[in-house]
Amino acid sequence: MTQTAERPGYRRHTESLAAQEPAWLAGIRRQALEKFERGGFPSPREEAWKYTNVSAIERKRFTIAAEPGGIDGEHIRSLLLPECWHLVLIDGHFQRDLSHPALAGDVVLCDLGAARLRHPELLAENLGRAVDVDHGFLDFNTALFHGGALIRLKPGTRLPHPIQILHLQTQAAAIPTRHLMVLEAGAEATVIESYTGGEGGLTAHVTEVLLGENARLRHFKIQEEHARAHHFGGLYVRQSAGSDFTQTQFALGGFLSRSEIHVRLAENCRATLDGLHWADGRRHLDSHTRLIHAGPHGVSRETYKTIAEERGRSVFQGRIVVEPGAQKTDAAMNNRNLLLSDDAEVDSKPQLEIYADDVKCAHGVTIGQLDPDALFYLETRGIDAEAARQLLLYGFVNELIEAVEVEPLRRYLHGRLDRRFQAIDLEENP
Amino acid sequence: MNNPLLKIENLHASIEGKEILKGIDLTLDCGQVHAIMGPNGSGKSTLANVLAGREGYEITAGRAWYRGRDLLAMAPEERAREGVFLAFQYPVEIPGVSNIYFLKAALNAIRKHRGEPEVDAMDFILLVKEKMKTMRMDEQFLYRAINEGFSGGEKKRNEILQMMVLEPTLCLLDEIDSGLDIDALKVVAEGIETLRSPNRGFLMVTHYQRLLDYVRPDVVHVFADGRIVKSGGPELARELEKKGYGWIERYLEDRA
Repeated sequence: MTQTAERPGYRRHTESLAAQEPAWLAGIRRQALEKFERGGFPSPREEAWKYTNVSAIERKRFTIAAEPGGIDGEHIRSLLLPECWHLVLIDGHFQRDLSHPALAGDVVLCDLGAARLRHPELLAENLGRAVDVDHGFLDFNTALFHGGALIRLKPGTRLPHPIQILHLQTQAAAIPTRHLMVLEAGAEATVIESYTGGEGGLTAHVTEVLLGENARLRHFKIQEEHARAHHFGGLYVRQSAGSDFTQTQFALGGFLSRSEIHVRLAENCRATLDGLHWADGRRHLDSHTRLIHAGPHGVSRETYKTIAEERGRSVFQGRIVVEPGAQKTDAAMNNRNLLLSDDAEVDSKPQLEIYADDVKCAHGVTIGQLDPDALFYLETRGIDAEAARQLLLYGFVNELIEAVEVEPLRRYLHGRLDRRFQAIDLEENP
Repeated sequence: MNNPLLKIENLHASIEGKEILKGIDLTLDCGQVHAIMGPNGSGKSTLANVLAGREGYEITAGRAWYRGRDLLAMAPEERAREGVFLAFQYPVEIPGVSNIYFLKAALNAIRKHRGEPEVDAMDFILLVKEKMKTMRMDEQFLYRAINEGFSGGEKKRNEILQMMVLEPTLCLLDEIDSGLDIDALKVVAEGIETLRSPNRGFLMVTHYQRLLDYVRPDVVHVFADGRIVKSGGPELARELEKKGYGWIERYLEDRA
């Protein structure tokens, strides 16, 4: 889009942020804003945005959520997972009394909005380092982000509890948030990002992850915003040698939701991306993933599962790039789609770009309905047709839930999803 | 009520316009074990699947009565609830659903149909574990996804385990012996034998005589080209084993 029409107060907002910040950050903000003012949000003419048209977001001209909306503490507490450390963001604004910041010793866990003033050196050193793509949502975020999480673990630090970062959207406004996660050599953490609420607003989020040598991050994203919400969530990961990154995404909510995941693996790294799209109603869910094997002996595994029903639409783009020199890469990508109604749509685009000659790369895509043999099998055991259908669907979803190592998250997901299976008795999880 | 357990009359069935069953007549009484033998493609697996209600077959003529009721008019789950069980030649893998959940859901569906209360959770576990001993299955199989990653023999033992738990009246066994080594075959046969009763009937489809050494049939039918070309006692199976299926081809040629 090449509209240069007035943007609702963005410049004023950028300037008010920049006014308190060190010159280098203020400069980046202004530069990003200028780019955004020229280019706007991405156009479907760009290849990477072909299947996900965000012109509705462009047209809405969201104002920035300058203040957090009213909160119902009870409701928020019901969304917080037990046995986790929490960081709560309401409309992008950090909620100190609902969060557990830690600012000492080997662990920094705090609001990025405050850290950009208090720990500018951490940001100066790391901000933007993991991001190697360029489009309007990134410019928008860089120009306007305020709250978010800063997680920094010193070498060898292992967090005893998972960190849950809860994003609650309560107003029809744009919410630019940013997380920066720096795990130094050998550090280990589990981070859960949950996105909920949604009054027709826009979540415009960026997470940057820098993994030191042999560091390990388990990352979960639970996107379950309401049916009118718009969501962009970019995840940019830069791995050092021997590190291990896994992400499991449950994309269940929103009206229009795009996640992009870009991971760069160095020598001997491992990266695992798993995901579920459940595109029901009129939901549009897009996961755009790219794994770059930049060093030898990297292993990547990617499994995305999709349910598209009613008028839902699921888009999966999976790209694996093996750079020259990334010999002995072992990469496998799989995308399984269940297309359950005539009005639903699935787009799947796997891409391999291989510039090394001694590699193992596999990819597979299936699009179909529930397996008639499996349905018949269940029916021959006395299970009626609708229960058989739901049991197969449940198995499809449950396989991913059961693989989640964080027990409270597993319980939460069962609590959210089991109720969708009315025809089968799930008092005991199958 | 002297209805036979299963009575098949002049059954014709086609798939995608190709006739597979070309007029089957067969009567099976309670307490009996019938074996159906024959070369590949003779229609014996089709018969078992048509009786269990698999989609995709067109019944072009004939009837099948189960205890006097029109079997072919019933939905597959209704047949199951009324006591018909098909042990699959290729049991299906269902990821994400545990064996124990599946067994219990199936048993409760059948009990509900009979107007019985749901099975007590503790009783159920004890019952299943006892049956698993007979089938020499480790208890960990209960908590694994249905047939997922099971070997061929484990899958077949799991079929018999389900049959033991659900206690059907008419057991249709589709090549239960295929892909089994001799030890697994003995276990499977032992499982079948424990279920043998005057109140139950078996229709066993098999390519080989081997299974019949362990589960002695009352009647043997030889299938060829969609028809029963010969029926007899257990000695017929041994005759087949000796002579092979070649004589059937000659028989068919002669008839043509």
